[in-house]
Amino acid sequence: MFRFLLGRLAVLIPTFIGVSIIAFSFIRLLPGDPVALLSGERVMSPERHAEISRQLGFDRPIVMQYLDYLWGVLQGDFGTSIVTKKPVIDQFLELFPATVELSVCAIIFAVVIGIPAGVVAAVKRGSIFDQIIMGTALVGFSMPIFWWGLLLIIVVSGILQWTPVSGRISLMFFFPSVTGFMLIDSLLSGQEGAFQSAFNHLILPTIVLGTIPLAVIARQTRSAMLEVLSEDYVRTARAKGLSTFRVVGIHALRNAMIPVVTTIGLQIGVMLAGAILTETIFSWPGIGKWMVDSVFRRDYAVIQGGLLIIAAVIMLVNLAVDLLYGLINPRIRH
Amino acid sequence: MRKLTTLLAATALATLMAGTAWSKTFVFCSEGSPEGFDPGLYTAGTTFDAAAHTVYSRLLEFKKGTTETEPGLAESWTISDDGLEYTFKLRPGVKFQTTEFFTPTRELNADDVVFSIERQWKSDHPWHGYVTGGSWEYFAGMGLPELLESVEKVDDMTVKIKLKRKEAPFLANLAMPFASIMSKEYADKLQAEGKMNQLNQMPLGTGPFAFVGYQQDAVIRYKAHPDFWGGKQKIDDLVFAITTDAAVRFQKLQAGECHLMPYPNAADVEAMKADPNLKVMEQAGLNVAYLAYNTTQAPFDKVEVRKALNKAINKQAIVDAVFQGQATPATNPIPPTMWSYNEHIEDDTYDPDAAKKMLEDAGVKDLSMKVWAMPVARPYMLNARRAAELMQADFAKVGVKVEIVSYEWAEYLEKSKAKDRDGAVILGWTGDNGDPDNFLDTLLGCDAVGGNNRAQWCNQEFDDLVTKAKEASDVAERTKLYEEAQVVFKREAPWATLDHSLSIVPMRKNVEGFVQSPLGDFAFDGVDIVE
Repeated sequence: MFRFLLGRLAVLIPTFIGVSIIAFSFIRLLPGDPVALLSGERVMSPERHAEISRQLGFDRPIVMQYLDYLWGVLQGDFGTSIVTKKPVIDQFLELFPATVELSVCAIIFAVVIGIPAGVVAAVKRGSIFDQIIMGTALVGFSMPIFWWGLLLIIVVSGILQWTPVSGRISLMFFFPSVTGFMLIDSLLSGQEGAFQSAFNHLILPTIVLGTIPLAVIARQTRSAMLEVLSEDYVRTARAKGLSTFRVVGIHALRNAMIPVVTTIGLQIGVMLAGAILTETIFSWPGIGKWMVDSVFRRDYAVIQGGLLIIAAVIMLVNLAVDLLYGLINPRIRH
Repeated sequence: MRKLTTLLAATALATLMAGTAWSKTFVFCSEGSPEGFDPGLYTAGTTFDAAAHTVYSRLLEFKKGTTETEPGLAESWTISDDGLEYTFKLRPGVKFQTTEFFTPTRELNADDVVFSIERQWKSDHPWHGYVTGGSWEYFAGMGLPELLESVEKVDDMTVKIKLKRKEAPFLANLAMPFASIMSKEYADKLQAEGKMNQLNQMPLGTGPFAFVGYQQDAVIRYKAHPDFWGGKQKIDDLVFAITTDAAVRFQKLQAGECHLMPYPNAADVEAMKADPNLKVMEQAGLNVAYLAYNTTQAPFDKVEVRKALNKAINKQAIVDAVFQGQATPATNPIPPTMWSYNEHIEDDTYDPDAAKKMLEDAGVKDLSMKVWAMPVARPYMLNARRAAELMQADFAKVGVKVEIVSYEWAEYLEKSKAKDRDGAVILGWTGDNGDPDNFLDTLLGCDAVGGNNRAQWCNQEFDDLVTKAKEASDVAERTKLYEEAQVVFKREAPWATLDHSLSIVPMRKNVEGFVQSPLGDFAFDGVDIVE
């Protein structure tokens, strides 16, 4: 296991360095003066320009600049927002819980519906159920998030008025953030109706963000299940007269879950990409919306730092999934 | 005894609940996050709405719904005969807001005004560079560093500002968001505590609403300033719910989650007008789109030719096709909401036959010309290429052949300045400070030839009027001069004036007292919600 971990890290470190080089080059490759881009000052006297350039280390050789940058990053210095003047990492930590909360809900939604749907489709292979489930999954998979989100808002919030349109909680509630997770904070606030409001606000974004993972998980579960169901041991179990529930639910499902776990892990990366659109549509104050807003504000320091942090998070999540996978299925360690 | 306690508790609860029921919260679904809360540092309208028009007030204010100035924190002012010295008498008894983060001990005085201006002006001022990378862009952009001679405190309630040269738009500049008056007492405290950055994050001023809190990219909260010099607001709480997508803003407005929204999608406006719970305000924006001929090139150096072409353009068709009706055809080079707009000027009526005849009389035959179409959409011209195509068809009817050309935006702006440019250019302008000088002199003055004056038009009569108006300080006199200048403009026709786009503001039916600003900003003092 230790060697497996080392092997994974050996891949991870160069990848991270590669990404950091891309992030570092980003500002320098953009058209325009990098000093102006990074400081946000558009009108500068030559002296001021020289001063900022020195502060940012632009007078040093490019390799040294990169090493300074990398050294800063390793110490948690991802730059300072041009707009808010706050460290990028602080803003990230402030907004990340909102994205985690939404992503976790979306994954739970996708798993809770996707896995049973996939199992039913596999067991009733070729039936009308199978066709409906797989057809829906195909539609879900190819749905443009932006359109799907707006459609749900117009129908569910606008016409039916079942859920609120956007935001994390009704603006009537006002309490300090403790954990950053609205579901927990609303309970802690002790204000009546706060949790209900937070929950209602989560419904639509969860569905929108969870749709693609749900479709992928359902299809993956179905194909993994079909493979397992055709194995000898399942036939043996059936021959022994075990109930369908026991055969499918206990024997087959367990083994079918191995590739599904990987799929779920991989979906986390997809999720962060989906969060950019979902959060923007629903005014959800997480890192996805933060990146979009930063692009509009031309806050290059945030775009640069934010992308690197997000890349690092995705890499760490993938590492965790790999390790978890290695634990479940010892074969792949070799 | 226990019964009594219960009764008391119940009464207290009922009073409390009645209290909350009476607390009025106004929610504005704003279109984006503010860049910060110090209006001097930024240039975006979004920031001004969130900071300048809520928390702060200025020496002069724009009279609601107009671009005229009126007394604000300055109760009155006098201007010296040579037009170089402005003496402002401050309004007595103006209180700063009391917030959780600061309790003021004194009222507004001259120190606050001097501080607010000098921090932007003097590069050795301790607050000049308090935000790393921040710059006083508007202050510099309006040319104030070169214009100001001195800012002095005469006594506690009097401030004297000396200028290096005469500048009539100076008073209008002081009503702009960047000239908001800060509390020097608050700034001193922050400086002493080494927390200068807080000035840009937790603002405190003399405006109608006090800042309560900001959750990045999500919500800004304010409460009414009980001692506001203009009187306490009818609403108790003001909330900015930051909603970047226009379609979502509309849904929130429909669901009653907000009371008012800016910048609707053009396609949604019909639905908004049809909704019985909503009302829609519209007015001409402070902008103009035009087609500038090159008046130095034949045959466009002839007034008759330019007039004839103006008569050949069907402006209404352009407004309908490009703006789906959300614009009005333009007659003058300044929009109708601007003071000194000359209402008596008649537009060149669309008359292709007359135009054709005028061209023949001028001896112009088989004319072919270039029309430049901007590559980007601006508020005053959403689709220049489409407008150019319509003009191409219009001109074809009078026997003029048009070739449409376009360049990348920066190149377009640069190349169109050239004095020997070939062809007529589609372009436009949005006003900064509500002063006619900002249109008439900036775009049509002789000094602007080879620059913003895309018609390369230098008319001595027009230029004299505009220059005289700039140096006059009496508004009535300036109005007269600008009105005359518009007569000259229309007679000489250096441009075909195309349109003023509409600014459209949808809101809930129960919103009262909101006044649309011609400058395009959103201010909520005086707003009320009625049941």
